[in-house]
Amino acid sequence: MGFIGLTLLKTLVFSGILLVALLYLQWVERKIIAHIQLRVGPSRVGPHGLLQPFADVIKLLTKEDVMSPYVSKALYLFAPFLAVTLALVSVAIMPFGPEVQIFGVRTHLQLTDLNIGVLFLLAVSSLGVYGIALAGWSSNNKYALLGGLRSCSQMISYELPMTLAVVAPLLLLNTLSLREIVEAQRGFYFGFIPRWTIFHWPAPQTIGFLVFLVAAFAETNRVPFDLPEAENELVAGFHTEYSSLKFASFFMAEYANMITGCNFATVLFLGGWQPLLPHSLGADYFPSVLFGLVGAVALYHGLNPARSRDTRTLPVVALAFWILAATFLVPAVQRIFLPLFWFALKAGFLLFVFIWVRGTLPRFRYDQLMRFSWKLLFPVAMANLLVTGLLVALLEA
Amino acid sequence: MVVVLFLLFAAVAVGCAVNVVLQSHPIVSAVSLVGVMGSLALLYLQLGSPFIAAIQIIVYAGAVMVLFVFVIMLLNAGSEVHTGRSLVARYIGIPLLVLLLGLLTFLIKALLRTSAAVEFGEFTVATQDVGQALFTEYLLPFEFTSILILIAILGAVVLARKELN
Repeated sequence: MGFIGLTLLKTLVFSGILLVALLYLQWVERKIIAHIQLRVGPSRVGPHGLLQPFADVIKLLTKEDVMSPYVSKALYLFAPFLAVTLALVSVAIMPFGPEVQIFGVRTHLQLTDLNIGVLFLLAVSSLGVYGIALAGWSSNNKYALLGGLRSCSQMISYELPMTLAVVAPLLLLNTLSLREIVEAQRGFYFGFIPRWTIFHWPAPQTIGFLVFLVAAFAETNRVPFDLPEAENELVAGFHTEYSSLKFASFFMAEYANMITGCNFATVLFLGGWQPLLPHSLGADYFPSVLFGLVGAVALYHGLNPARSRDTRTLPVVALAFWILAATFLVPAVQRIFLPLFWFALKAGFLLFVFIWVRGTLPRFRYDQLMRFSWKLLFPVAMANLLVTGLLVALLEA
Repeated sequence: MVVVLFLLFAAVAVGCAVNVVLQSHPIVSAVSLVGVMGSLALLYLQLGSPFIAAIQIIVYAGAVMVLFVFVIMLLNAGSEVHTGRSLVARYIGIPLLVLLLGLLTFLIKALLRTSAAVEFGEFTVATQDVGQALFTEYLLPFEFTSILILIAILGAVVLARKELN
């Protein structure tokens, strides 16, 4: 298989996984939010509402596409396209795993590695604001315009602490390539503390990680920073005038940006696909134990059902997880899927935090949002960068 | 292949640049300018410097132009209105433009007679090299630029500050 064939295959697989993740992230979010609020969540379409995403897609595709005659047409049509393209493109350089051998073909579990990978991600995220700003302006609607303006100023303000938080780990790792960033975080201190950037000697980036995470919330317009689409003030904000597939594009862009942010944080601060435990402490059996426990919990709830349907569905879920746990004991599977498991676990945990925060925190007021960025986040990120630079210069030179 | 890509991005850059001038609405002009920045970044990439390309996008397209668009939206600037055109512009505008372009061509040919053609991928600049150059050879201009920007920031703060009684 030549280079082009291999790349095409990898592109198909990676984008397929990304699209499925996008589809089901929405289901996961609705379920988690529902359980936080003591509701059931989607439960009608398919068992436990598992087919709900497909129903949503069909609904969005078949809705009437209303376009106001007063919009600025070219930009109005261009904005959702821009938003969703820029949101999806960054999967091209994410390192999901190391070099592996699958059916005799050696390949990296990454589409391509740029020697300026970090800058590429920053560039793409800094362009993302155009989709929202242009959508708000071209709609010719005061609510949309206000939403676009808010999002513009918010993204400019939070890009600064975010970039400063990204620079500090780069001082420790000395590279801009995402693959090398992950490789540089290999190994353990004292045999059990992973050398991830958040624990990295001489300047652990724990504060930088928190700053990055908060800024990522703001950059993706998520609660508590979702003022661009504050529905009780602005109807729906920048996408008020959009319907059908164009609305779906913005929706998809928001979730894709969330996934990108979590992937980026995983690579930069949490060691990408590097395991949490060394081999000597049984890192290779971690997935099996975890899936086994999930299966046990599912079976327990199946035997003590809260709803009558659970007696049939939850044992099936338990069985599926146990089969997964057993699969992860096969050495051939472990070699390829262990790194992917660790990456997915970390990124998945961060995504869960995104959803968790949405179910927990109320929305900021606009002046609070600005004050928080400029008077707290920015100085903290700056101090973190200065201290990191000083420590690296003094202790590693 | 390389030449085709170069021609494509160069054409996009020139087309967008012309569009900046021709469009009557400031937002459309600003978006066209972003197009110019983007195509320039791709040309830098072709010359072999991904770092400069990324910085071009981050600084110009991602920061400067976003501020432009933000200000235009904030002021809600409407379409440009044509008032009566001056007679000078109507009759000798285009001849003057042709003259200027001819003069520029002549000057560039005369001054850069000795320079050789540029190859694609010639300037392979690593990020480390840029950093090294900035902090050794060009340290003084670099620091002066920083001070200049700092003064500009202070000026902006003073101008924008509300007078407190």
